[in-house]
Amino acid sequence: MSNILELKNLQKHFAAHKAVDDISFDIAQGDIFGLLGPNGAGKTTLIRMITGIFYPDSGSINFDGKKFDPINDVVKIGYMPEERGLYKKMKIGEQALYLAQLKGLSRADAMKKIVYWFKKLEMESWWNKKVEDLSKGMSQKLQFVTTVLHEPKLIILDEPFSGLDPVNANLIKDEIFGLAQRGSTIIFSTHRMEQVEEICDHIVLVNLGKKILDGTVHDVKQQFKENKFSLKLHEPPNAINSPSFTVNNQKENMLTVTINEGFKSNDVLKYFIENNNTIESFNEILPGLNEIFISLVEGTKAKTRAFETVA
Amino acid sequence: MNKILIIARREFLSRVQKKTFLLTTIGLPILIFGIYALIIYFAVKTSDNFTVAVADEANVFENKLSEKSDGEIKFVSVKNETPQSLKQQIEEKKIDAFVFIPSNFNVIENKDSIQVISGKSIGIITREKIERRITNVIEEKKMLGSLNLTKAELDSLQQTNKIIFTSTTGVEDSNKKAGLSYGVGFASGFLIYFILFIYGTMVMRGVMEEKTNRIAEVIISSVKPFQLMLGKIIGIGSVGLVQFLIWVILLIGLQFLLPLILPDLLAQMQAQPMQPAIAGGATATQESAAIAGIMNGLEQINWVLIIGCFIFYFLGGYFLYASLFAAVGSTVNEDPQDAQSLMLPITMPIIFAMVIMMNAVNNPNSSIAIFGSIFPLTSPIVMMARVAHGVPEGVTALELIASMACLIIGFLGTTWLAGKIYRTGILMYGKKVTWKTIGAWLVRKS
Repeated sequence: MSNILELKNLQKHFAAHKAVDDISFDIAQGDIFGLLGPNGAGKTTLIRMITGIFYPDSGSINFDGKKFDPINDVVKIGYMPEERGLYKKMKIGEQALYLAQLKGLSRADAMKKIVYWFKKLEMESWWNKKVEDLSKGMSQKLQFVTTVLHEPKLIILDEPFSGLDPVNANLIKDEIFGLAQRGSTIIFSTHRMEQVEEICDHIVLVNLGKKILDGTVHDVKQQFKENKFSLKLHEPPNAINSPSFTVNNQKENMLTVTINEGFKSNDVLKYFIENNNTIESFNEILPGLNEIFISLVEGTKAKTRAFETVA
Repeated sequence: MNKILIIARREFLSRVQKKTFLLTTIGLPILIFGIYALIIYFAVKTSDNFTVAVADEANVFENKLSEKSDGEIKFVSVKNETPQSLKQQIEEKKIDAFVFIPSNFNVIENKDSIQVISGKSIGIITREKIERRITNVIEEKKMLGSLNLTKAELDSLQQTNKIIFTSTTGVEDSNKKAGLSYGVGFASGFLIYFILFIYGTMVMRGVMEEKTNRIAEVIISSVKPFQLMLGKIIGIGSVGLVQFLIWVILLIGLQFLLPLILPDLLAQMQAQPMQPAIAGGATATQESAAIAGIMNGLEQINWVLIIGCFIFYFLGGYFLYASLFAAVGSTVNEDPQDAQSLMLPITMPIIFAMVIMMNAVNNPNSSIAIFGSIFPLTSPIVMMARVAHGVPEGVTALELIASMACLIIGFLGTTWLAGKIYRTGILMYGKKVTWKTIGAWLVRKS
């Protein structure tokens, strides 16, 4: 599959520091892509360069096979920023219409699409309400609709689920999957790792302006696995002494073990079989993205957003 | 449709469709006008058949008061009445007021005052008429008694020969016109001063709203920051223009409506000029001459020039300052108080322009007025004061053209500068912005 977005050696300096320092990665068409990183890592700057709000100091962005043209390509991008809001005094329907027109849709086209989405997300009755009367979750839904309304090729969602209840979060999640199936590419930026594991195919982790991890969720997990296994035995074992593994934790007949260098999981099984202890279950423990994230970022003095230099 | 126009349309409609817009644009002027009309109406209104009893024990008036009657105020000479009995008559509503002159009243020495006692308080105009009638009689009596002059002789003494000021171009520079030019110049300069502030801060608040609402980044991802800024400025500018046009139409409309609503009022106002100073000493011919002078002066002012210049300087000044106000708005964070200190460098030239304008209305060709009317930050206000005096008396055509050119260049310059500040400021949260950081943004490339 072709790449919708190719970033090559992107750099962006602000007065005091490098917000983005030589980052390159590709995003394949139709991917759901996770852009991860602690606060102040440079994610927002990176996204702003992709959406044409900032120009990179050096490096290149290719969008849909051609050099990215910020003026004309923005209509093919839908961006829902983390800092997002709406005009409080404006009616919902007018607001959606306005934002769609700014994306280049004609009034009639915009109208048709708004009606479609409002019906789909059960928002029809909101048309004449004002934004100030909406709850946070409701305005979130409206923002999602206005982001994807013009059927962009690339959709960038920054923390799209914050403030949504589980029902609405699922509703939006299903729409994200649906959009991806229909060929849109989605860049998904969040701190909620369980959502990343659930939704994303591919992730990139940035910290201090540099890319520190790039791969599919499965590959990343394999890369960071620590050869840990959980084991359930029929009865609590006697004192364990095996060169092939060490016990990390034991609770009655439940064990977690780490396999030592040069040994395989079968060596663990062999030990218990030889000791005549029946194995009831045996599972590999893969690290969560959360742990990977923390282990990579912790101790790197990841700064919280340095305000004087952002923007 | 062009994105700037889409933005301007929203900015315009969202303001014009508000109830407060209708209220301030149409309701307020009508309310103010109505209140003034009522005040004038009640002040001018005279009670019909106002009867004043004159108990003239000293025979000061020699029955001259009751000789003439103008239909509204009737003086009735009465004899052998006391103040008590006259008060009694007021209570019985036989008379409305009385003048009691005791027998020892001395006309010549001006020591004694004449008291007019009435039941209820008397309206200004009625009071005026009673006073005039009484003073006329007393004046005449005094002059005949001590100076042996007639009233007509005195009037001719008081009347001076007319002095006419003429400029070298041969245009009669009448007093009335100078006064009117002064008034028109001052009013239009002041109006532009208000417009700059009102609509400038409206732009600033709009930008701040967008920033604190966090909608700025959503929109910036679809349009360039500069388009957003320009759209907002154009939208709010059109609101101002529409508001202004509505006011002009209202004003013209009310002028036509007024005679229909208050027909007697105008007739009275024409018959009885309000100013006691004129009414006291001057004759009727002088009064009508004064009115004719004002009319003449109004005709001498070049209204096409003034209105044309007003619209040009209104728009030019607005665009020049609105982009600066937008830039300030973009730098403000949650706290609107931050705007105060950043606004100062913008409000200073506006206030400075006001000061020059006050000087320029009196002296349109002073060097400070010439400078102020060409320098683009002050010209929208100052030039109005000079233009009111006309071309070429107040301002030469060359100066006017130079001023307009400078304003256009200035407006392009400030918009370009403000665009740079705005682009950075609108996406920045959290940090308090100082002039130093703004300076850094200006020199920085995108």
